[in-house]
Amino acid sequence: MPEPPAAGPVLAVRDLRVALPPGADRPFAVDGVGFDLDAGEILCVVGESGSGKSLTAAAIMRLLPRSVRVAGGTITLDGTDLLALPEAEMRGWRGRRLGMIFQEPMTALNPLMRVGDQIDEVLRAHAGLDEAARRRRVVELMAQVNLPDPGQLRHAYPFRLSGGQRQRVMIAMALALGPAVLIADEPTTALDVTTQKQILALIKEIQRRHGMGVLFITHDFGVVAEIADRVAVMQHGSIVEIGRAADVLNAPRHAYTRSLIAAVPRLEPRPAVANAAPTILEATQLSKTYASAGGFFVRRRVVAAVKRVDLVIREGETLGVVGESGSGKSTLGRLLVRLIKADGGTVTFGGTDLLTASAGRLRALRHEVQMVFQDPYASLNPRRRVGAIVADGPKAQGVDHPTAMARARELLALVGLDPAAVDRYPHEFSGGQRQRIGIARALALDPRLLIADEPVSALDVSVQAQVLELLNDVRRRFRLAMLFITHDLRVAAQVADRIAVMRLGEIVETGPTEEIFRAPRHPYTRELLDAVPGRAWSAAAAAP
Amino acid sequence: MDGFARRFARNKGAVVGLAVLLAVLAVAAFGPLVYPDSPWDMAGAPFRPPFGEHLLGTDTLGRDVAAGIVHGARVSLLIGFVATIVAVSVGVLVGAVAGYFGGRVDDALMRLTEFFQTIPSFVFAVVLVAIFTPGIGSIVVAIAVVSWPAVARLVRGEFLTLRTREFVQASVVLGRSSLHIIFVEILPNAVSPIIVSGSLMVATAILVESSLSFLGLGDPNMMSWGYMIGASRSVVRVAWWTSFFPGLAILLTVLALNLVGEGLADALNPRLSREGR
Amino acid sequence: MERLEFIAQRLVKGVVVLLGIVVLNFLLIRLAPGDPATVMAGEAGAGDEVFLQQLRAQFGLDQPLVDQLWAYVRNIVTLDFGFSYRQQRPVVDLLAERLPPTLLLTGTAFLLSLVVGVALGVAAARVVGRWSDSLITVLALFFYATPLFWVGLMGVLLFSVTLGWLPAFGMFTVGVPLAGWALALDVGEHLVLPALTLALFHMAVYARMTRASMLEVRDQDFVRTARAKGIAEGEILRRHVLRNAILPVVTIAGVKAGYLIGGSIVVETVFAWPGIGRLAYEAVLQRDYNVLLGVFLLSSAMVIAVNLATDVVYSLVDPRIELGA
Repeated sequence: MPEPPAAGPVLAVRDLRVALPPGADRPFAVDGVGFDLDAGEILCVVGESGSGKSLTAAAIMRLLPRSVRVAGGTITLDGTDLLALPEAEMRGWRGRRLGMIFQEPMTALNPLMRVGDQIDEVLRAHAGLDEAARRRRVVELMAQVNLPDPGQLRHAYPFRLSGGQRQRVMIAMALALGPAVLIADEPTTALDVTTQKQILALIKEIQRRHGMGVLFITHDFGVVAEIADRVAVMQHGSIVEIGRAADVLNAPRHAYTRSLIAAVPRLEPRPAVANAAPTILEATQLSKTYASAGGFFVRRRVVAAVKRVDLVIREGETLGVVGESGSGKSTLGRLLVRLIKADGGTVTFGGTDLLTASAGRLRALRHEVQMVFQDPYASLNPRRRVGAIVADGPKAQGVDHPTAMARARELLALVGLDPAAVDRYPHEFSGGQRQRIGIARALALDPRLLIADEPVSALDVSVQAQVLELLNDVRRRFRLAMLFITHDLRVAAQVADRIAVMRLGEIVETGPTEEIFRAPRHPYTRELLDAVPGRAWSAAAAAP
Repeated sequence: MDGFARRFARNKGAVVGLAVLLAVLAVAAFGPLVYPDSPWDMAGAPFRPPFGEHLLGTDTLGRDVAAGIVHGARVSLLIGFVATIVAVSVGVLVGAVAGYFGGRVDDALMRLTEFFQTIPSFVFAVVLVAIFTPGIGSIVVAIAVVSWPAVARLVRGEFLTLRTREFVQASVVLGRSSLHIIFVEILPNAVSPIIVSGSLMVATAILVESSLSFLGLGDPNMMSWGYMIGASRSVVRVAWWTSFFPGLAILLTVLALNLVGEGLADALNPRLSREGR
Repeated sequence: MERLEFIAQRLVKGVVVLLGIVVLNFLLIRLAPGDPATVMAGEAGAGDEVFLQQLRAQFGLDQPLVDQLWAYVRNIVTLDFGFSYRQQRPVVDLLAERLPPTLLLTGTAFLLSLVVGVALGVAAARVVGRWSDSLITVLALFFYATPLFWVGLMGVLLFSVTLGWLPAFGMFTVGVPLAGWALALDVGEHLVLPALTLALFHMAVYARMTRASMLEVRDQDFVRTARAKGIAEGEILRRHVLRNAILPVVTIAGVKAGYLIGGSIVVETVFAWPGIGRLAYEAVLQRDYNVLLGVFLLSSAMVIAVNLATDVVYSLVDPRIELGA
């Protein structure tokens, strides 16, 4: 890590407390947080959901949601306590001395305003420039964040831009007046890894060039390793550890930091095991095309989501399907179980083509192929009790109620939950627990193949590790074959025996995990691997 | 259900609305015991002002206004609720089928729904009742015919969203039938908005019924609030009470239903209720 | 180019819907209890056997149903809406004569309700939770629950009978020939009460919608972005919240234009305003179904026209027109 240029702190936070509304699970979301941010350094605040990291950022901007309020402390910028300023004066600081970018590029821009005008607004609000000068500055700023053809693009409306481009517009807006401090609240979380890599590089480059202090909020230790000069780790509203990035990442002192880092999946592929087991599922030339509805005057727009995909899953093995958003990986998973009707191809399972099987035959085969879903909040019916949810599969297959419920209790115990959970509703459980319920539901039918669609991507890293372990455990115990869909190469490295890399509806490369990681053949695979944040760090940390 | 009652009670307007609605229901249920005679009969001299011998006065033909209001409450509530039940049933059926099965079925049903939504609804209701001769049946049918498209669209929207929810997909993968998925997995999650829009629809139905009977398209055998106002509008200069009180009855009933509907919306959908409402 | 296609598509759709309504009219005549010729003749004409024979021949009532439908559609397309026996005039002449007053009334009421309703909604949302917000909300709630005809009657009672400020009915002062500005002023005076009556309900609707929409938009991410840029609250409201909040309200207002036309039946009846609403009421009283169905068709055409205009405005204002949606 290069030494940050020596300078006094540009932003000093002392004993910051943010109060939650009465009735919340704790009185203070942020409880006594203090840190310094030097000019020209990137300070990463890292923590799991509910740690108070985003509220800390919002408190500095004084843009807290209406239901929470600052209950104490000082935030000093340029020798002024921001918390003591009247609102009208604070407005003069935002945009001028403090810039901010947010997590969701899709909703952070006004849909009815041209992007150039949205950048221009900052200049109009704070800088006394005439129109021509502002126009030049807007084009200059857009060029600075590497947006293509700024002269044209400034006239575009946000919906024409990709997520990455929108985030660049946000950065251009935040940079417009050369603020002393840039606050970035999870700015790359909603982006694909390859886009994330570009945006991280851009933030870093701009920070170096302008000597800004950057407060970077994230949940991802890989991103921290990529970008941070210093790191603050937050838990339950407090900073438990703060220090130089190299120290915190490689020699964490606090137990919580250690557990968090230990939970980050290593980018070490699992060793290859020769698998000569018979094929359990084979897909050939599987295709799916989406078309928008056409009309008298409207051309149908056609998107090939999955293009002539071939794949084989053997008994007991885990095939990882890796790709970015829009690669068609989720569509592929749903095609295999006929949740979506395929346009062409075959899916052979147990000697039957699932795509053409009669409804009766299909239902008889259903129990052998089960699915685990991504969103722990959407995958369980909020109106049904957990017992009914887990027992649903066996009951659909004709098992009587007492037997199915007894089995549900057994399975809940197996996935590490109290069997008494059968009488409770899903909302009473945490995200990780719900994911366990989802796994129990899938196992209730004694499947031979499990299709897991991003089963851990909505979970905090420590919970993610536990769920991955559970999946590994049931896989071994039930000798399950698994199709594991993920965007995260770290996760894929941990669970997959073989990996298929998808891009724009096609599988560009398949091979044993170890080979893919060691010697990727396709340029896209190399690009993906290269974009994994914190790649250099995890390799170092993995060495004992 | 405790949380539900508490959230409902937090909306003061809704509690007032519920109280008024219960009062109207009580009037409809027990009022005819106080005024057992037909509201069409002459009860005294015509044009008697209110708060005298007759609580709310008498009309051109000497009919008791209070008796008319009491008997009219039955008609208004009956038509309001029955028409809503019919409209909601049709709307839920059409919306559920369109939203769940999608594709061509959805296209066809939604074209039909849009068609019915484009037609100016009150004009259509007038035409229907006029052509099929005024009566309680034709009024209920007319109101239902112009009201179901809104429910269908609402339910279709809910079904479209819920159908792609992962818990529904899980149910498909488990091998559940369409019937099970529609009734056990999806419908219970779509019930809250249906109840809310249903309660608001009763209010609209009562307004439409009163407008129809005001125009002389009410059931000729049943006393109704709209008819009372329509029959006495020419004498509003000399006997204001003959149209004032029935109108007040409509206003209070419809207002109460709207308030209850909003309270239900808050109570059933805590996420959507905002501070400062 | 995309916009032209979009508008053309909506135009075609409008024509299809209109044809659908013609077919619906035909079905209504067939489904009505009794002989279709009697239905078309109306109560007054049903006694005239010559007239009935003429109708049967004209509509080919002895022909197969499809031919009858074709004859009916052909008549409508050539603007032959039939004959009102009662008024002894072609229906299309009656409609043409009665349309301008209705356009004046509903147009005024539409603009009034939209402008005042949106303004009240914005005002309420800006001071949400305070007494002026509560006042607007409560008023909106009341007018939302009030039957139009009753508001009209009470308005007459108060402003015409008791205070004597405004004329109670009609469109002109009877027996006083006027011209130019004097005429416009006279019509304007007569317009006040009916237009207000018709507007009140929709004013309440738009005020409630605008308020809810404003509250929703002000919590959206891009408003937070604007705050983070240090834009003044007034600017944020004007440039970011208002446009995004009002656009859906205006769109829905266009779609709901049909309710205004429906309301005009009641309001024109109360105020004896000589428009198509009043014509519909007269037709109902006289069981003159040809006229009634003509009103139905014409008002549907008006709604379709307003919807089309809304689509055009929308496609000009919102950059994200969803083609084919």
